[in-house]
Amino acid sequence: MSEFFSMGGHGAYVWSAYGITLAVLIVNVWLARAKRRSALQRARALATQDEVPRKQPTVRQLQ
Amino acid sequence: MKLPRWFHQLGSPPYVYRLAEALAPWLGGIGLALLAVGSFWGLVVAPPDYQQGDSARIIYIHPQTAYVGMMAYVVLAVAAGIGYVWRIKLAHAVAVSAAPIGAWFTFCALVTGALWGRPTWGTYWQWGDPRIMSEALLLFLFLGYLALRGAFDDRDKADRVTAILAVVGVVNVPIIHYSVEWWNSLHQTSTLFADGGPAMTADMLVPFLIMFAGFTLTFYWLLLRRLQAEIVEREGSARWLREWLAEGAR
Amino acid sequence: MNAFNAVLLRDLRVAFRRWSELAHPLIFFVIVVTLFPLALSPTAAQLREVGIGVLWVATLLSSLLALDGLFRSDADDGSLEQLLLAPVPMTMTVLAKVVAHATVTLLPLLCLVPLSALSFNIPLAALPTLALALVLAAPTLSVLVALGAALTVSLRRGGSIVGLLVLPLTGPLLIFGTRATDLSVNGEPTAAPLLLLSALAVLAVSLGPFAIAAAVKVGLE
Repeated sequence: MSEFFSMGGHGAYVWSAYGITLAVLIVNVWLARAKRRSALQRARALATQDEVPRKQPTVRQLQ
Repeated sequence: MKLPRWFHQLGSPPYVYRLAEALAPWLGGIGLALLAVGSFWGLVVAPPDYQQGDSARIIYIHPQTAYVGMMAYVVLAVAAGIGYVWRIKLAHAVAVSAAPIGAWFTFCALVTGALWGRPTWGTYWQWGDPRIMSEALLLFLFLGYLALRGAFDDRDKADRVTAILAVVGVVNVPIIHYSVEWWNSLHQTSTLFADGGPAMTADMLVPFLIMFAGFTLTFYWLLLRRLQAEIVEREGSARWLREWLAEGAR
Repeated sequence: MNAFNAVLLRDLRVAFRRWSELAHPLIFFVIVVTLFPLALSPTAAQLREVGIGVLWVATLLSSLLALDGLFRSDADDGSLEQLLLAPVPMTMTVLAKVVAHATVTLLPLLCLVPLSALSFNIPLAALPTLALALVLAAPTLSVLVALGAALTVSLRRGGSIVGLLVLPLTGPLLIFGTRATDLSVNGEPTAAPLLLLSALAVLAVSLGPFAIAAAVKVGLE
């Protein structure tokens, strides 16, 4: 078992390589998910806000 | 020229969003499963290389991440080019989504390359290796794209200006690669893949390819998720989106 | 007088009105070139090895300095829009501007570099090749720098990004240019990198103006 971890003496390199790749993957998954979630949240907020129709001022009111 | 129906459908945000919603779980599920299987195979089952020993196990992640990084840039450039020429907003959305993922994968390739280089050549960084130099320049191209993108307030302008940069960049990638290889041939430093690289037997080739497939599918999964976020952001308060949200989209 | 010449002469005239500004890239170059030996304190032999790289990198960096004259100042006073609207293909206008910029910025630099090379113990015999390599690299460099300027023309603080955009694209120039100089120092044939530099120049000059014109158009919308 310890032989597996030491990887013939190159353990630090192999495990760092795999570890960093895994970390980058996790970061990317988290970022992609978070981005999607926050975009949907913002869209939801925008949708409820727009349900109250905003009255445009008439030309007369502007003058 | 009458374009096929699917071509027009691919220009429609709600269609693509729904398509992504359907495809993403499969791509992610299969991709991650392949990565898990491939990693296990590569770390545990496959034999060590008779020349490089166990450090050659990085062959199951370095070339794959490098390749996906390059593929990401091509996807970016092609999508941006299509968006520029045919004015298809969705194409620009694809380009924007591909950029950060490609940058990360390229970063990964550089790090794993350095970690592979240390036990193999004795140094983390080998200026002579054409692949590492091309990858470094590729990372800079990604970063430049993202930086330029971030500098614009107007999204449309950002889309089109960065599209020009992306196309010029993609033309440069083979030039850069060739020039570095040419340079390297004069220095004659060893590359990670000198003479075909670690001699790959069948039991190394299988996990090698599995990881390729795994990383590629994972890339597209991540791309689709980011694309969905991008579509939602761009569509703002469009009716289809409001109805979709009212139906209870997550 | 055709449009190309008109734009070219006008740009040259504008540049020479502020001729003290033309000196900035040159001074920058000299400073950078001086800083390296200061930082490295190399031996005579090391100086030669490092020198070639330092000269080329310093040239690339210095060429980034005089960007404003290309598009930004014209964009600020509205004349760039006028040029866009004129019945002259923008690519031609762009080419004229690039030539003007190269003449004003790169030409003096190109004269300075061989002189600086002497201070790095680069043998006299290698100087013609160095000069030739620089001349061949200049068109590509100009086009790339102009592209960077065009891409950032509408940005308020575009200056800081341009280097980030342009420098990675100059990688091949650096590689072929330094190789050519290296080879000539060692007395070996330099045809290959010089020809490659020429090929890049042809590619850049023929395709570049289209990308640059497109970038200017989009930037000014």
